[in-house]
Amino acid sequence: MAGDVAVSLRGATLRFGARVLWDGLDLDVRRGELVAVLGPNGAGKTSLIRVLLGLQPLTAGEVLVNGRPPRRGDHAIGYVPQQKGFDRDLPLRGTDLVRLGLDGHRWGPVRPSRDARRRVAAAIAAVGATGYADAPLGGLSGGEQQRLRIAQALLADPSVLLCDEPLLSLDLGHQQAVMTLIDRQRRERESAVLLVTHEINPILPLVDRVLYLVGGRSVVGTPDEVMTSEQLSDLYGAPVDVLRVRNRIVVVGAPDLEHDHLSGGHHHVEDELRTQRGLL
Amino acid sequence: MGLSFYLHQAFAQHALIAAALISVACGLLGPFVVTRGAAFAVHGTAELAFTGAAAGLLISDDPVVGALVGSVVVATAIGLLGARTRERDSAIGVILAFGLGLGVLLLGHYDGFATEATNILFGYIYGVSTRQLLILLIIVAIVIVLTALMFRPLLFASVDPELAEARGVPVRLVGLLFLYLLAVTVTEAAQIVGTLLVLSLTITPAAAAQRLSARPAVVMSLSVIFAMLAADGGLVANLQHPTVKASVFVTFISFGLYVLARIASLLMRHSRVHPEPAEVHHH
Repeated sequence: MAGDVAVSLRGATLRFGARVLWDGLDLDVRRGELVAVLGPNGAGKTSLIRVLLGLQPLTAGEVLVNGRPPRRGDHAIGYVPQQKGFDRDLPLRGTDLVRLGLDGHRWGPVRPSRDARRRVAAAIAAVGATGYADAPLGGLSGGEQQRLRIAQALLADPSVLLCDEPLLSLDLGHQQAVMTLIDRQRRERESAVLLVTHEINPILPLVDRVLYLVGGRSVVGTPDEVMTSEQLSDLYGAPVDVLRVRNRIVVVGAPDLEHDHLSGGHHHVEDELRTQRGLL
Repeated sequence: MGLSFYLHQAFAQHALIAAALISVACGLLGPFVVTRGAAFAVHGTAELAFTGAAAGLLISDDPVVGALVGSVVVATAIGLLGARTRERDSAIGVILAFGLGLGVLLLGHYDGFATEATNILFGYIYGVSTRQLLILLIIVAIVIVLTALMFRPLLFASVDPELAEARGVPVRLVGLLFLYLLAVTVTEAAQIVGTLLVLSLTITPAAAAQRLSARPAVVMSLSVIFAMLAADGGLVANLQHPTVKASVFVTFISFGLYVLARIASLLMRHSRVHPEPAEVHHH
């Protein structure tokens, strides 16, 4: 039901050794709400997603998803990971990628299922990707791949949608397409959406509230409340100017925020995650 | 002595059946090796199988069991080494280099060093007894069954590890299981082509198959077919021309198929009208 609390954090603290990512974070995200998660690289934005996915335990505090502690493999949560381009020669089609989102976690021999095929086709149609769903993934553009990713995430009609930088390296047209899809899921299916981004402007018209994380400190509120010079200067502990230029928010002087999205901080987080996962 | 004569001999029949069985295992796992970027790990495992075989020869005159133990030990080490590719590849290289030296040292203590070294490094499949064939059949059956059981989680973890993990796939465990299957398969493949050329049955057929299709099931089927053409084709060629080692024919056929696949895929791409990317609709 719209308005129900889908994600709840109480006094949430996350610490890696001496590094404190968040300290006593309180946040409720309701169904139908879109919360943007902002902050410099390494502030713990991706870690928030991992906590909600049940992949990362809190150091202290409580977190509930749909009233229960987060579980790995919970299909009530849709997840669009930070985009990585698929290998050009990858032997996988869009259809296969979306299908993996449905039953890729199941062991046992693959049993042909008309119902599964139908659901996958419907999800792909819903994002407008039917035209290229049978082409090799590696040959598709970033925007096309991202649409298929969203189909994958929305397949199980999730009540919570977690997106990690969904607009990264997309051109404006594809950015709008992706945001339209996310917004539609939020309005029509009343999903709660948590969207990590480093740039608020493309999604500003859709954002209900902002969670801004900086060096262990956080502030939650509407964009008007949070995106002010006073708030951000206080958060960063350094002078930060926030200007409104024709409905766009421009942040000047925030340390690490003016780098492009390929700066070292992102890579560090990715490397940490890869080491934890031990992928060969 | 013509080909038809040899084909009636038990030793040749056993060898051909063994080659077919090994091809199935290599063909099934090959696409995952390519996708996971595990080619160097395969090579490293194969070379350490050489060391294990040398130790096995010295200790109990059984190179195959020694190879199996060696490759499983290395697979465990690689699986636990963790993830950063550059780091992992350096570690594999270090272990590999030391292991090879150790293998040469061990083998140097064995009478008949040269022959055994050649057989282990370059393959010798004509001594396969019925009993060994049966064991091979069981091993390949296990590889087939396990691959079928973990096909989806393995595919998921290989192409999309972040989402797979989020969806509850035990990515590390799946990776480790895969490496064990690989270790066993590599040991068996080394019997035909030798440890040096295992890649010709595990990588090349899969790489060729990937050129021709993006559907996982099709890629796996083609990979098996190409591996079988190379392995059995190589053996048949060797029976007709005994002065040239079988592994030479195997690698040549394997590579030839790869070149053909690349040409075919180029032709397919040129003849197909490139589909226009979908237009973005603004609501």
